[in-house]
Amino acid sequence: MMQAQLAQQAPAGSAAPLLEVRDVSVVFGGIIALNGVSFDMQKGHILGLIGPNGAGKTTLFNCLSRLYQPSKGDILLEGASILKRPAHKISEIGIGRTFQNVALFPNLSVLDNVRVGTHARTNSDIISDSLKLPWVRKGEAAINKRVHEILGYLDLHDVAHTIVAGLPFGTQKRVELARALAAQPKILLLDEPAGGLNHEEVYILGDLIRRIRDDHGVTVLLVEHHMGLVMSIADHVVALNFGRKLAEGTPVQVQNDPDVIKAYLGSKDS
Amino acid sequence: MSTVQEVVTEAPVIEDAIPKKAMALGPVASLVILALLIATPLFVKNFIIFQMTMWLIYAIAVLALNILTGASGQFSLGQSAFYALGAYTSAILMEHGDINYVLTLPVAGLICFIAGFLFGLPALRLSGIYLALATFALATAMPQLLKLGVFEHWTGGVQGLVVTKPDAPAILASLGLKVSQDMWLYYFTLAVSILIYIFSVNLLRSRSGRAMMAIRDNEIAASAMGVDVSLYKTLAFGVSAGITGVAGGLGAIAVQFVAPDGYTIQLAVALFLGMVVGGVGWLPGSLAGAAFIVFVPNIAESVSKGLSGAVFGVILILIIFLVPHGARQIAYGAQGLIGKLRRN
Repeated sequence: MMQAQLAQQAPAGSAAPLLEVRDVSVVFGGIIALNGVSFDMQKGHILGLIGPNGAGKTTLFNCLSRLYQPSKGDILLEGASILKRPAHKISEIGIGRTFQNVALFPNLSVLDNVRVGTHARTNSDIISDSLKLPWVRKGEAAINKRVHEILGYLDLHDVAHTIVAGLPFGTQKRVELARALAAQPKILLLDEPAGGLNHEEVYILGDLIRRIRDDHGVTVLLVEHHMGLVMSIADHVVALNFGRKLAEGTPVQVQNDPDVIKAYLGSKDS
Repeated sequence: MSTVQEVVTEAPVIEDAIPKKAMALGPVASLVILALLIATPLFVKNFIIFQMTMWLIYAIAVLALNILTGASGQFSLGQSAFYALGAYTSAILMEHGDINYVLTLPVAGLICFIAGFLFGLPALRLSGIYLALATFALATAMPQLLKLGVFEHWTGGVQGLVVTKPDAPAILASLGLKVSQDMWLYYFTLAVSILIYIFSVNLLRSRSGRAMMAIRDNEIAASAMGVDVSLYKTLAFGVSAGITGVAGGLGAIAVQFVAPDGYTIQLAVALFLGMVVGGVGWLPGSLAGAAFIVFVPNIAESVSKGLSGAVFGVILILIIFLVPHGARQIAYGAQGLIGKLRRN
C-alpha cells in the first residue's frame, strides 16, 4: 500500500499500478457489502478476485464498471479517479467488461454485437448517419476492419451473421469477449467467465484469457468461483470474505493462507 | 470460405422464423415494389389515388413508430399527438404564413423532433407499459389543447383550418403532361416516403441505429459498451416524432383540412396496430401495416355495414393467430419457399 502511494507520486513510473482500488466501502441500506478494500493491479497481470458467495466480489466488480457508487474510498485508473464518470463513459477510458450470465444483444447478429463494442471508440451523429455521409462510410469501414480482425482472432467468422440468441452458451461467451475487446480495453473485467462451462471448456478459456493478455496487452481482472482456473492463470490473487480483504499475493501464497483455507476452501469441505 | 459464408448468411432465414437482422428489403424486392408504386396511379381513378396517398402517409407514420418501438424498444400510444402537431404546423404555415407546402414539411419535422426529444426526457424514467400510459396521456390531451381559445386565432379552434390543395408544378403542364392535383400529391408523397425510408434504413444500419437496438436488447450491457442510454432513447423519440410530424404535414395537405378531432387516440392506436401487423422492427412492414389500417376498415364495411367493427376485429384476431409477426413473417416465409424451390 505504501509502495503504491509512492509510485503514484512519481508520474508514469514503470512500476505504477494501472488500477488502484483504495479503501473502497459500499453500504446497501444497513448492510456493509464492501468494507475498506484496497489492492493494486499491475499492468499486464491477470488478477484473480476470489471469495465465497456474498464476499463482495460482484459488488466490487460493479463499482469498477460504475454501476454502483462506493460510499467511501476511490478507484484510480492510471492515477485518475474513475468515480466521477457515468457508466457509459467508462469504456472510453479503457475499462471493458463481460457479464456473469452473458449480457449480449440477443436479437442482433454476432457481427452487430461486436460492432456495438466499438461504440466508445467511434463517433457519429444521427444526421450524418441517416445521410450516410462520406465520413460515416469511412468510419463504418474502419469499424468493420477492426471487428473482422477480432472475429478472426476468436474464431467467430463462421457465425458472424447469426443472431446470437440461438448460439450455444460457450460461443456466446466468446462473442462477449469479442465485444469487450472491440473497445480496445486496457483492463478487461471478467465476471465469472467459467460459470456454466464444462471442465474442458474451462481449460480452453484459461488458455484464451492468457492469450488475450499476451496478444492485446490487456490487464485482466478475473472474478471467479472456479479455483482451478484462478490458480492456474492468475499472477496475483486477492481473496475477499464478508466484504473485507482476507489475503493477497501469488496464487500459492493465497492458497496456503490459513484464513483463506478457513473461510473459503475449508468451508467448502465441511 | 465463400461457400461457408453463403451457407451462413442463408441459414438464419430458414432456421428461425424471425431473424431480426434484416431491417430492410433486398434490392430486387425493393425495385418491384417501387415500380408498382410508381405505375399503379396511372391506371386508377382519382379517389383511389387519394387513398394510396393516405396509405403512404400512414406508412411514414407507422415507420416512425417502428423506429421508436422496433429499434429502441420504447412504446408509444401518443404518436397521434406528434402527427397533429405536424399537421397543424404545415396548415398554419400555409394558411397564415403563405409558405409553400414543400417548405412547411421540414419545419413540421423539426418542430416535432424538438417536441419528441423534450417529451423523451421525462419519459426516460418510464419504461414498458408505464411509458405507453404516459404517451397515451399525451394523445388524449392533444385534441383539447388544439381547441384552446388562446390559440384559436392560429388553429381555428374547434372549426379547424382549411388547407389549399397544391397544384402540380406549372413546368409539368408546359411539358405537355396533364397531372391532376391528386396524382401530383401522390408522387410528391411517394418521393418524400422514399427519402424517409432510405434515411431510416441508413440510420438503423449505422452506429446510432446499432446503439438504439443495443439499448432495446440490454440497457446495462449497452451502457457498458459506452452507449449513452438517455441520449439515444431521447434521440429515438425525437426522430420518431419528427418523421411522424412530416407525415402529419403531408396528411394535412392531402386531406385539405385540419381539425382537433381528426387526431384522437384512435389514430395513435391505428398506427400502433399498423406497426404490429407490419411486423415490429421491420421497416418495409410499415407499408403493409398502413395498408391494413387504410383499406381493411373499408373491406370490413363492405362485408357488413352494421357490424364492420366486429368484422375488423375478427380479421385482426385471425392475423394475430395466424401470423403473429405480421407481414415480416409472410415475407420471410416466401423468401424461404423461393430458396427451397431454387435448390430443388
